[in-house]
Amino acid sequence: MADQNLKTKDTGSGWARPVDKLHVGEVPAEAINLNVEGRRLSGLVRGFGQMWQKTYRVRFDGVKVSSEEVVSGWKTHFPNFWPEGNNLYVPLTGIQPGEVGLINLSAPGGLKLSTGILVVYADDSSFSFMTPEGHMFAGMITFSAFEEDDGLTAQIQMLIRANDPLYELSFRLGFGHKAEDVFWHGTLTNLAEHFGVQSPQTTQQYVLVDPRVQWREWRNIWKNAGIRSGLYMPVAMVKKIFGKK
Amino acid sequence: MPTVNLTANVRKNGHISIIDIEGEVTGFAEKILMDAYTEASNGTTNSIILNFSQLEYLNSSGIGLLVTMLIRTQRVKQALLACGLSEHYVEIFRLTRLDEAIGIFETEEQALAAAR
Repeated sequence: MADQNLKTKDTGSGWARPVDKLHVGEVPAEAINLNVEGRRLSGLVRGFGQMWQKTYRVRFDGVKVSSEEVVSGWKTHFPNFWPEGNNLYVPLTGIQPGEVGLINLSAPGGLKLSTGILVVYADDSSFSFMTPEGHMFAGMITFSAFEEDDGLTAQIQMLIRANDPLYELSFRLGFGHKAEDVFWHGTLTNLAEHFGVQSPQTTQQYVLVDPRVQWREWRNIWKNAGIRSGLYMPVAMVKKIFGKK
Repeated sequence: MPTVNLTANVRKNGHISIIDIEGEVTGFAEKILMDAYTEASNGTTNSIILNFSQLEYLNSSGIGLLVTMLIRTQRVKQALLACGLSEHYVEIFRLTRLDEAIGIFETEEQALAAAR
């Protein structure tokens, strides 16, 4: 394991290659494939809203497991740790740098929100996703595990801006943050339980990195994945009724 | 606690500060990097150049630290530039679209000329 780490560091091979546009591979028939194909990554300096650094953590008290084992298991079973009703479709190769994942999220009113991610980085101790245009946020989310003197911690850290004014409004009103908190606390709880942690306790920390909004990005709303997924729902129903694949 | 293999030394050149990055930029290097920024940023600094010619390794958490530093420079209207990046890491800046906000130059001389 240590050798693999060295190899990653020496070659820098943990990173994906730059891509101009995202391409979704084969996905199951039940997946809604919208808002990813042909999109660009939204990027770390793009996005409309305030920039937040959100950190969610869970400790692995009472179990003997290494950070490499946790990250390896996390990558292998990643979608299984998400709260019920939410899916990430990744290629058979799994979470590898350069792979595009298709996300179908449960949203209010029975809506399925379709968006995606690019795996930009992965090594033995962490992996990171970036989001396409139209996603709820622009930025990067890093999943990692690390050992401290008193035990092992798994962490999800997001450095994000709401992608457009509508998403920013949801964050300002609180329900955007709340939905995310519930989602990621649930994910960490499922992860810890998978490794045998009894009654895992999760924590969260918010840091407002940049209180300003980037007005020049307001047009991102045109690609809002929530709006586009909502508009697609009647089409999906017609397809379902007439059995069209 | 994971070991931090990074030094970040600050040099001054008029209103420009140069931070020499040597070693590994990961999430655990936050204090070293931000302390260097604070030292580099005092006084009348209007541009900061990150010299990456001795960079050994940069992971995604390290990229996150650079974004945080970028925001700090923007808030006080400083320019942030980078030089000495290997071709591989220039690609990482492209991938993450950091190159749209941080000027990238091959050499320190070129970055200094751009900052003046």
